[in-house]
Amino acid sequence: MTTLLNQLPIGLSIGAVLLLIALGLTFTFGQMGVINMAHGEFIMAGAYTAYLLQDWAGSQAVLVALPVAFAVAGALGWVLERTAIRHFYGRPLDTLLLTWGVSLVLQQAARDIFGAPNVQVVAPSWLTGRVEVLGGALPYARLFIMALALACVAGVWLYLDRSRQGRRMRAVVQNRELAAVSGVATGRVDQLTFFIGSGLAGVAGVALTLIGPVGPSLGTYYIVDAFLVVVAGGLGQLRGAVIAAVALGMLNSFAEFWTDASLAKVIVFAVVIGFLQVRPQGLFVLRSRALT
Amino acid sequence: MSDRLRGYALFASISLLLLVVAPLALPAFRLDELAKYLCFAIAALGIGLAWGQGGMLTLGQGVFFGLGGYAMAMYLKLHDAGGDLPDFMVWSGVEHLPALWKPFGNVGIALAAVVAVSVAIAVVLGVLVFRQRVRGAYFAILTQALAAAFVILLVGQQGLTGGTNGLTNFYDVFGRDPEAEGTQRTLYFVTAIVLGVLYLGARQLVKSRFGRLLVAVRDGEDRVRFLGYNPATVKTVTFAISAAMAGLAGALFVPVVGIISPSLLGVVPSLELVVAVAVGGRYALAGAVLGAVVMNYAKTSFSEQWAGGWLYLEGALFILVMTLAPKGAVGLYEQARDALARRRGVPAPAPTAPQEVAA
Repeated sequence: MTTLLNQLPIGLSIGAVLLLIALGLTFTFGQMGVINMAHGEFIMAGAYTAYLLQDWAGSQAVLVALPVAFAVAGALGWVLERTAIRHFYGRPLDTLLLTWGVSLVLQQAARDIFGAPNVQVVAPSWLTGRVEVLGGALPYARLFIMALALACVAGVWLYLDRSRQGRRMRAVVQNRELAAVSGVATGRVDQLTFFIGSGLAGVAGVALTLIGPVGPSLGTYYIVDAFLVVVAGGLGQLRGAVIAAVALGMLNSFAEFWTDASLAKVIVFAVVIGFLQVRPQGLFVLRSRALT
Repeated sequence: MSDRLRGYALFASISLLLLVVAPLALPAFRLDELAKYLCFAIAALGIGLAWGQGGMLTLGQGVFFGLGGYAMAMYLKLHDAGGDLPDFMVWSGVEHLPALWKPFGNVGIALAAVVAVSVAIAVVLGVLVFRQRVRGAYFAILTQALAAAFVILLVGQQGLTGGTNGLTNFYDVFGRDPEAEGTQRTLYFVTAIVLGVLYLGARQLVKSRFGRLLVAVRDGEDRVRFLGYNPATVKTVTFAISAAMAGLAGALFVPVVGIISPSLLGVVPSLELVVAVAVGGRYALAGAVLGAVVMNYAKTSFSEQWAGGWLYLEGALFILVMTLAPKGAVGLYEQARDALARRRGVPAPAPTAPQEVAA
């Protein structure tokens, strides 16, 4: 029983990582319908930002990197939106392939700039150590990621639900034409949405440096699972993303415990397919009268 | 010359090129390489059918390619072992032949499994997903997740699948030595003929009533439903056909190349197949075949020169194709032809492949 309980914090921390990544996707995929395969590479960019800042900020690099990585990844996303993606609205499948091309280029660029071998970001001393939870040991780094995920969720919620700009964003999602004729500058809203969504990927990247090495293909390990979170949670639904991320994280860790790591992914996939039988559009659905 | 006649003339000349000119002109190992590209072309044909005609962006064709490939490889392994355990099982400490492997000792069952397993999985997934009207980007993401899970499963079950190394070292391919020039030549002809037959079949399918329905589902699924058809059935059948093609491609790939391993089947190889189809021209079946052969040839010859450069080139090419020529090479050719015709004062024919409707 204690070993079973051990899985609980592990599941929570996997869920927190998935949530951090899925939050960004909630903006780009959920709000704008853009499947950004380069999201994983924005994560990588965030992680390398932390790595580069080490020279300057030393062991506190992770803290300094959080806002910087947000800006760096956000800027990358903004450039991508301006130069390419905006020509593709209404063609979601084409953006998927387009951004995959971008992701290939970014990965190879990282390989050429930083080298193919993984690099390490040293965690600050106050994050090394662990706390006893339910008879298992939970590293402070994992706790920090959970707190960071919670903080990001709170921030995103405040932004979407309480700010004027967030209200404009929701208006564009619900009905683009109506928002436009009501005086919302939809183009500018799109840019900002993409900036924030990509920036959140950068934050997730910094968080990932705490639990593993940084390499050019860092993003690819998480991106598929994060997309599953968005699919299961419902497009553009903050609540859905939170619940689905934690649920999939838990499922992952328990499935790995009961079977093994290789079967766990298959089980997660089967559960998601099964879940879509009950709720084909995910946990929460944005009600709309549109046919498709 | 009518379009129909021109089509047949083109097919005949390409067949001549593949079946007569290439075997005479190319050295054996280049011919073997071409056979490999043709295997990818078979899988790409399936993607052209599912994605180009049916609008189902499948990012998990590597799974079906792998299922076909492993079915073939398991048979060859058991045949080589001749009643003993296959070599890699001995190395991973497996003592008895796993139950999953037993049927594959029989050549008939193994060959049937090449298609049947892929089709079965595609049908189950298709029924579950399409009946619930899960489509567009959701479907793409689900197939991609399937590819990711499949590869992790293959790598994890070392004793059953050979893990990262996959299955390789075949010494006896249907009574012949796989390294011999004659065998490679025969395998090349088999692959080329299978591709030709499947191409003609797919073309016939697209031209049939079913094909019209498929295109209608792509362009307006709800309207098709209102007309009384069931789009889920149309999509599931097409998805299963494309899976069967990928399975066959994988089964041919194993004797041609001599290996099947997870690194050939994951998210990236599956996407690369889709890239090839997009570059060749997704709305034409010939574009899918052309794209697969050309892209894989380019990949091989470019990677020999500068390994990292290929990724830049592939990524850049892809960005360019998606932005400037979403209909691929075939689309560019048609544009040029229409422009020429207009200059001569002949009215251009109506476009056959409309823009993708928002999913």
